[in-house]
Amino acid sequence: MVPESYYVGLSAILFTIGVVGVVIRRNPLVMFMSIELMLNAANLAFVAFGRRAGNPDGQAVAFFVMAVAAAEVAVGLAIIVTVFRLRRRLSVDDLSLMRW
Amino acid sequence: MAHAAFVVVAAIAVAAALGLVLTRNAIHGALFLVVNLGSIAVLYATLGAEFLAWAQVIVYAGAIMVLFVFAIMVLIPGKEETGPDPRRAWRLLALPAGALLFLQLLFAVGGGRGPAETAPPTAGGGVEAIARLLFTQYLFPFELTSVLLLAAMVGALLLARRKV
Repeated sequence: MVPESYYVGLSAILFTIGVVGVVIRRNPLVMFMSIELMLNAANLAFVAFGRRAGNPDGQAVAFFVMAVAAAEVAVGLAIIVTVFRLRRRLSVDDLSLMRW
Repeated sequence: MAHAAFVVVAAIAVAAALGLVLTRNAIHGALFLVVNLGSIAVLYATLGAEFLAWAQVIVYAGAIMVLFVFAIMVLIPGKEETGPDPRRAWRLLALPAGALLFLQLLFAVGGGRGPAETAPPTAGGGVEAIARLLFTQYLFPFELTSVLLLAAMVGALLLARRKV
């Protein structure tokens, strides 16, 4: 049986890759996908800790995270599409103002 | 045997994540993310969370990634990010910052010695155990999730409308 600490270490690696991806990329869609990567890393840690504790609570929390991620993607992609429609460009460096 | 399987799947997950971050083409990044989500689903299955593994495939790889690919194809962002980066130095600062964050995460996680590193898997990860938990102890958050999804749906419709 693989110990939980391996899963948690993998989760830390994936989370770090997601953070670096959000910072170094300019395309909001790719930044969004990096955020999904971070959410998944956190989910993996939840499930691993849940197995260590010996109850399915971690899986229930991961289930909620999944639902919230689905809602976030729906609204976030709608915002990105709206911004693209107004600006005709897709780079986060242009979007330093919340209103214009 | 289990260790070898874990190492292979973990390597695939990390390679796909790196591919998502490093590739220039957004649609390739989306496909890399699908690979990553699938390998995480496999890891859920090896952790004994069968229901979550299937939910991962259906919700993430099925629904969310379809949305992403659709948005990428609508917006065609492949032409962006080809020009020179005006803030390259600042962005490259992300690498040492990321390394620092990684070390901190390892320290935070490895610092606390939890009880019973490999506890016997008493509770299963099947649908029944999750459903019992969701409809008793987590009933209120579960209902709040439905409100959240409804609000997200209404918000997305409002934003996607052509004329206000």
